[in-house]
Amino acid sequence: MSGGVLAEPLAGSRPHTPAGRIVATLNRSAVHVVLGLIGVVWLVPTIGLFVTSFRPRSDIQATGWWDIVQLHLTLDNYRQVLEAQGMLQAFVNTVFIAVPSTLLPLAICALAAYAFSWIRFPMRDTLFLIVIAFLLVPVQVAFIPLLTMFRDLVPDLQLTRNYGAIWLAHTAFALPFGIFLLRNFFITLPPDMIEAARMDGAGDMKIFSQIIVPVSVPAIAAYGIFQFLWVWNDLLMALVFVQDSSKFPMTRAIQNLLSQYGTEWHLLAAGAFLLMIVPLIVFFSLQRYFVQGLLAGSIK
Amino acid sequence: MGIAPTPGLPQVIPARAGLSAVRSARGPEKPNYLAAILFLAPAGILLVVFLLYPAIYTVLLSFNRGRNGVFGEWVGLDNYIRLFSDPDFLNLGTFPPSGALWNNVLWIVFYTSIVIFLGLIIAVVAARVRYESMIKAIVFIPMAIAATALAVIWKFVYSPDANIGLLNAVLGTIGVSPISWLGDERIVNFALIGVGIWGSVGFATVILSAAVKSIPAEIIESARVEGASERQVFFRIILPMVSLPISVLAVTLVVNVIKLFDLIYVMTFGGPGKASRVIAFTMYQQAFQAGQYGYGSAVAVVMLVVLVPIMVFNVRRFRTKAVT
Repeated sequence: MSGGVLAEPLAGSRPHTPAGRIVATLNRSAVHVVLGLIGVVWLVPTIGLFVTSFRPRSDIQATGWWDIVQLHLTLDNYRQVLEAQGMLQAFVNTVFIAVPSTLLPLAICALAAYAFSWIRFPMRDTLFLIVIAFLLVPVQVAFIPLLTMFRDLVPDLQLTRNYGAIWLAHTAFALPFGIFLLRNFFITLPPDMIEAARMDGAGDMKIFSQIIVPVSVPAIAAYGIFQFLWVWNDLLMALVFVQDSSKFPMTRAIQNLLSQYGTEWHLLAAGAFLLMIVPLIVFFSLQRYFVQGLLAGSIK
Repeated sequence: MGIAPTPGLPQVIPARAGLSAVRSARGPEKPNYLAAILFLAPAGILLVVFLLYPAIYTVLLSFNRGRNGVFGEWVGLDNYIRLFSDPDFLNLGTFPPSGALWNNVLWIVFYTSIVIFLGLIIAVVAARVRYESMIKAIVFIPMAIAATALAVIWKFVYSPDANIGLLNAVLGTIGVSPISWLGDERIVNFALIGVGIWGSVGFATVILSAAVKSIPAEIIESARVEGASERQVFFRIILPMVSLPISVLAVTLVVNVIKLFDLIYVMTFGGPGKASRVIAFTMYQQAFQAGQYGYGSAVAVVMLVVLVPIMVFNVRRFRTKAVT
């Protein structure tokens, strides 16, 4: 595509002898073979599970999914996993967990990032370096104290029985990265724009909500998508902070399926695809933001 | 692999602007305490209550028996002594060594190097074909998917039943009898590392592809005009010029490994036996299944300590980075 010169050696350096041309063609074919192989290795495992999710249980036990001679397709697996295995409820639970765990950090990070970029106050640099240091604190160091705190300090709130604990935990651990990312975007906005607004008497809240946020939509969206998928895909935090089985997200529901019916591939395959469908839709429809989120402010 | 990195991802995103940019960024002339407090309060409170305070609590609890997660009996370094004399955590007495911490070392060595190697190969080779963006999208897809789903996909591929597992079916066609990829303690870690690699190569490819493309075209062109072979172009120009992104990527992947949990939990639950445990798994298992909170805290502190040098590295790098 935009491979520039990397796409192809210069015309002048192309071999002119017949033997040279053969070597060049072989090289070309080698490139296609290698890339084709990579494509196969990265697609086939997922396709295999996808096909399996539509095959009847008896077929799965009898032949491999690649045996397309006797291919019967059915939606029964999905029906069964959604209804009998409670995956529909788990899907709804995942949404309940993921939406607030995305919106809360977005709002809080944007506010803090604004302060770190456009409000003057003492120790600003030091505080920001502390936020950067927090980036790597593993969630494991918070598990025991947070559970103890929820249990002993605010027992009436039942935070691990409802979604309170997991919302708070996801939000807190999203902050360092979110603040870092958004601050690095806000800092690149033209100072004149903000100065002009200040001259006109706009306060910080007005500058933030009417200037900074509107022009930062791409960065905020990239971070939002990133955080949403992170929460959607998370298992560990849900294991620790969601203790009511009727509120389990899909990752936990699939883990349960696996420990109960380890070889019932018709259920596992359908369950896994229900878990994957939202991230795949997000990935294919918002690929640009998604990759930007990953590369944000990155190695240019 | 999740978007793999996540809280680990950050450091792959080097500051677009370092601290000097903070200084040049203008606020009003006078410090505005009220606004600063209002804008920072929500984040500040959450960070202190849910991150800083728990971290300190966990460090202290690691010197305590910690029954029920509260302070009771102080035991000094007892938890750490038990941890490092536990052969399930680290056993250097055999060859090859074993234990959860050793498995993390295996992951760091093989996962990190192979992900970077494949990522670089794909980034460079794919740039020569018209379907580059398609190849990159294909290898990137696993990044969007939950580790839980990756685990199901690969448990299926690895199934010891050659009628179900693709890998054993393929080997069967060349006469190899089915291998129990996840059931053999000599193989299981490498089978898992393979899944981890599959899940993360897309990330490396995207990062390195961007880095390779940022190399000025004239440099490569003039090398080719001077008669440099493709191999020389790769080793003498491309590789040195992407060494910084590679090192940043390597750090991200190492952080990933230290935090690795979901994949192991779903695919093998640390087994067979305890053969595929990793440090984050041990922390979860000790604290929440064995109910040993003090001991589990000690494992969490080991994780934190391993990450501290990387934290320091990040802060220093950020601090010295000039505005670009």
